[in-house]
Amino acid sequence: MSKEKKKISRRQFVVRTALGGTGLLVVGAFVFKRPIRRALAEYADTVELFYTGSTDDPLIWFELTSENNVVFHCPKVEMGQGVFTGLAQIAADELEVSMEQIQVVHAASASGNLDLLSTGGSTSISSLWEPLRELAATMREMIKIAAAESWGVDVSELSVSNGIIAAGVNKTTYAEVAEGITDWTIPSTPELKPMASYKFIGRPVPRVDLIPKVYGTPIFGMDAQMPDMLYGAIVRSSKIGAKFIDADTSEAEVMPGVVQIVKEKDFVAVVAKSMYQAEVAKRMIKATWETDKDWNTEDIEAMIRVGEGHPVEIQKEGRAERILEGSDNIISAEYFSPIGAHAQLEPNGAVAHVEGDKATVIISTQVVKITRDEVAKRLGIKKKNVNIIPTYLGGGFGRRLHTPHAAEIAAISKAVGKPVKCFYDRIEEFQNDTFRPPTHHLLKAVLKENGLIEALEHNVSSGDVSYGSAITPPLVNPIMGSDLGAWRGGMIQYRGIPNYRAVSWRVKLPFATSWWRGLGLMANTFAIESFMDELAWIAEKNPVEFRLQQIQDNKRGHRLKEVIMVAAEKAKYTDTVTNGKAMGFAASTDVNTPCAQIVEVSIEEGQIKVHKVSCVMDPGIVINPNQVEAQCEGAITMGLSAALYEKMYVEKGELQPVLYGPYRMALMKDAPRIIDVTLLEHDTKPGAVGEPPLGPIGAAIANAVFRLTGKRLRRMPLQEELESLEV
Amino acid sequence: MSINLSVNNQPYSIDIEDEQTPLLWVIRDLLNLKGTKYGCGLSSCGSCTILVDGEAIRSCSFPVSYAAGKNIITIEGLGSLEKPHPVQQAWIEEIVPQCGYCQPGFIMATAGLLIKNPTPTDEQIDEEITNVCRCATYYRMRKAIHRAAEIGLEQNKEGQLDE
Ligand code: FES
Ligand code: FES
Repeated sequence: MSKEKKKISRRQFVVRTALGGTGLLVVGAFVFKRPIRRALAEYADTVELFYTGSTDDPLIWFELTSENNVVFHCPKVEMGQGVFTGLAQIAADELEVSMEQIQVVHAASASGNLDLLSTGGSTSISSLWEPLRELAATMREMIKIAAAESWGVDVSELSVSNGIIAAGVNKTTYAEVAEGITDWTIPSTPELKPMASYKFIGRPVPRVDLIPKVYGTPIFGMDAQMPDMLYGAIVRSSKIGAKFIDADTSEAEVMPGVVQIVKEKDFVAVVAKSMYQAEVAKRMIKATWETDKDWNTEDIEAMIRVGEGHPVEIQKEGRAERILEGSDNIISAEYFSPIGAHAQLEPNGAVAHVEGDKATVIISTQVVKITRDEVAKRLGIKKKNVNIIPTYLGGGFGRRLHTPHAAEIAAISKAVGKPVKCFYDRIEEFQNDTFRPPTHHLLKAVLKENGLIEALEHNVSSGDVSYGSAITPPLVNPIMGSDLGAWRGGMIQYRGIPNYRAVSWRVKLPFATSWWRGLGLMANTFAIESFMDELAWIAEKNPVEFRLQQIQDNKRGHRLKEVIMVAAEKAKYTDTVTNGKAMGFAASTDVNTPCAQIVEVSIEEGQIKVHKVSCVMDPGIVINPNQVEAQCEGAITMGLSAALYEKMYVEKGELQPVLYGPYRMALMKDAPRIIDVTLLEHDTKPGAVGEPPLGPIGAAIANAVFRLTGKRLRRMPLQEELESLEV
Repeated sequence: MSINLSVNNQPYSIDIEDEQTPLLWVIRDLLNLKGTKYGCGLSSCGSCTILVDGEAIRSCSFPVSYAAGKNIITIEGLGSLEKPHPVQQAWIEEIVPQCGYCQPGFIMATAGLLIKNPTPTDEQIDEEITNVCRCATYYRMRKAIHRAAEIGLEQNKEGQLDE
């Protein structure tokens, strides 16, 4: 894709002196406001999401301290994906400081450096790749110009490293330069350095948050506290669609430690002196709720059917529909995926303090701005009077792309006049999740005489992912009419096939469904790549060859071909069973990142066992190979967990199960012993990393099980499906 | 009631109304040691794992009264920056954490395992380490557990030479 290069102009660059914090020099920029049309165009399957910064506040990105360190106010939150480390590497290289000199902190909403969207969609690094380097380079040049002027030399005579500027016998630090200057000359955006000269970009530097995370430093939302803080617990209904009516709180009021009951129009909460006391007292509250219906799994399954709901054609090449209609030799298959829970380890919650018309909220969230606006709205105060302080997230995975509890907890704080800390318990977390929606897929194909595909069609029915979500730009819904999240990964990637088509059916379910790492990617890839394997089998072709022969001849196609070929070679792919083990292959392309995986599977005492996963991925420029590998390992194992075991069901109006264990997830014993990751870099910019490797794993496992047992698993979770086929 | 606790080799005397209060909340909110995490409160995730008399237990389901007089170690007391515990050292070398929330629990569970069994096999690791990591960092954890065992052995040998 060719992007018009939009540099940061001088007028957009902001310089301020000390903020009352540690900063000697504070720089930022007004940049990145893109028209909504651009947003729409880019908000599509093949293109990275755009980055939008705030436009009404001076954005603070870098603060230079008197110790000659740089505090980087990161507008993206760190939830394990390594974004702090990757962005620090990028900034350090253009700033010409060492990694040790960069300290990364979450930008609080009051600092102005506010991401208008969210942290999610594997877009943080790709969207900031250019603007961040430009900002850093501008700040470096500013300081150099000032130093050159004071020495009466030309800027070109200066050398810089580790935040120290030298020319001849002169030597000074960034901090020393900044100390004496209030009137800065801001250069036009300097040329970025050539890739080869970068010292940190492309290197496996350790995570910047490694030490705190190994020593138990209090960095998470749930670790936050404020002086004189009380503990709240909100009563949540276990039922789908329950509306709060009223509550009898008489028994709770007299429980030990209870300070106050807070009843609002939409919830009731107890506030106590300790978390435990609040939790115990909460159970004594008898709340009444109104529900329309006691939903069951069958109701949900009946809604999620191709043919139900609202269809939108999302991809069309050639005459797939017509060919399929007129053919007597249609091959077709249906696939299913269940409701999935996020199950991130840190529950949702916040610490909030409301004083008069001001509010402060410390919270694990992926949406700082939306949370700020919701708190302001609930309290009826100005947005600029709300300071959202994001913390490290104890897992995100999309669960924190809407954090409306911030406003509830702020209301509790307002009612008691003190800071309040309040969190979901685990059962509530499971029942009030914003789930990965269940899906139904219908695949149809006609083969040519040579065994290759003449026409292929994918229909997917899914609960909403992004449709109507708080972070979807409002115009996107009516214009696109379909759910962009649900069909992620749902398009046909083998574009050498002459006729293909994809259709997405949108269904609104009675409980919240939303973003789950990779959105529709895992389920869609499971369906399409399983079907490709079925077609290869029918055509009596090697599944890897079968795919390679149907890839188009363009850059996207070449990158996909390459990951497939390298994976087959590295894993020594064979479609025959050896020593009770079979291999399974699958590939996907997500946000421009192609990924191929080969698994080695056996069945041990009825359990599907994945021994080895070989993964080849091409995310373009790799900022930190160690962390990209870590993302692959994690996404593969999380995907394996979801594909093999995970499933929520609906019974008597409740989502179940509500605990780890009953909600079976992969543990140490289930994780592959070998994960072999190979990274290719066939693009000129960094692309998506955190989600793409979650695509192929489900299909790869199902395809291996088929080679091993002759049983085709078309329904996730696969372990349960295998057992049900066996009886 | 008042209970005497030894946490990270420090004596504490705490006043608590309800002796059923889980040790987790006493550690986190009364002693203000936030490294021990809440994940489920129902003994199903292991985020709250600590050592009590050298044994890994899940503190969310361990009433504080049971801990009286026992020797409690939390992540904060395991090793120091200058002298990391072998498990922490191994975790740093392998760059294990992602979001990091589950990590103290896994580190403590591993420390407990190595006390019982200084060189666990893969099968023993599978059986003994049953905590939940949603970022699914198991692959690196397994490598780090073996590495920690190695570091432990090396340190033991050095210790013996020093004597
Ligand atoms: S919090 Fe104790 S096991 Fe989950
Ligand atoms: S590192 Fe995130 S849950 Fe384990």
